Amino acid sequence: MKSLEELRAIREKMQGKVGLREENENQIRVVVGMATCGIASGARPVLTALSDAVQEQNLSEKICVTQTGCIGLCQYEPIVEVLEPGKEKVTYVKMTPEKALEVLRLHLIGGQVVTKYTLGAAQNSL
Amino acid sequence: MPEISLNILDVAENSVRAGADLIRITVSAKPEDDTLTVVIADDGCGMTKEQELQVTDPFYTTRTTRKVGLGVPFFKQAAEGTGGSFRIESEKGKGTTVTAVFGLSHIDRMPLGDISSTIHTLIVFNEKIDFVYTYEYGGRSFTLDTREMRAILGADVSFAGPEVSSFIREYLEANKAETDGGADI
Repeated sequence: MKSLEELRAIREKMQGKVGLREENENQIRVVVGMATCGIASGARPVLTALSDAVQEQNLSEKICVTQTGCIGLCQYEPIVEVLEPGKEKVTYVKMTPEKALEVLRLHLIGGQVVTKYTLGAAQNSL
Repeated sequence: MPEISLNILDVAENSVRAGADLIRITVSAKPEDDTLTVVIADDGCGMTKEQELQVTDPFYTTRTTRKVGLGVPFFKQAAEGTGGSFRIESEKGKGTTVTAVFGLSHIDRMPLGDISSTIHTLIVFNEKIDFVYTYEYGGRSFTLDTREMRAILGADVSFAGPEVSSFIREYLEANKAETDGGADI
């Protein structure tokens, strides 16, 4: 059985690196809908993909990935909302881990909204 | 819901919203009894008798964004459809315990699914809540108690950091495999 002992080594390593995760005003907030509707349509892998990528690429000072309840657009789940200070909220719909990573790369890092995955684009195609 | 583990994630989110400090989740497969039992117990705000009676009704919800509340009804239906049972006990101000028993070998039982990811998600995204997760299979078991993790790490080290987050995932996956010998549940 794997034990918790390894955490001691991690703690040693993390000494002096703590306190980096303070939320700040300039952070981009990325919110994944995790109510019944979101979970049933695949929000868990989307959330995991986003938060793992943010951690791996050391973006946690710039980007904060969190979860929320039902956004009220269940038919469009999984939904990812991007809230950037001073900008209008962007709502991405019918997300998959792959699409979410594209959003991370192009929008959250690159600054370009991925229009084809937005709620607006989904509603126009009806 | 395609997996039992997603039902667990969904119902445990109710405990999070109930303001729980401690959430206990137990997944116990007993091939000898042909059962798979899931217990989610919290010390959150609990429900009134009235709410408790209504909570398995899909057209009852406390939220205002929509008129239906399907999380608990889904879980109940999934369990009862396999010859199992479903119970919810709650006391206002004390907490709520949800128990679902599935027929382990029943043809209609959905797979347990990626339970380690569910527990990982709950722990990493709800750092302020303590979790005690126990996984049992045929008499063997392991437990992850985040209070023990916190005692080792101290108050400053986040569970969401890459090192601790991957440790939690590996711990859950390795110990699950050792407990059930890789059984397909």
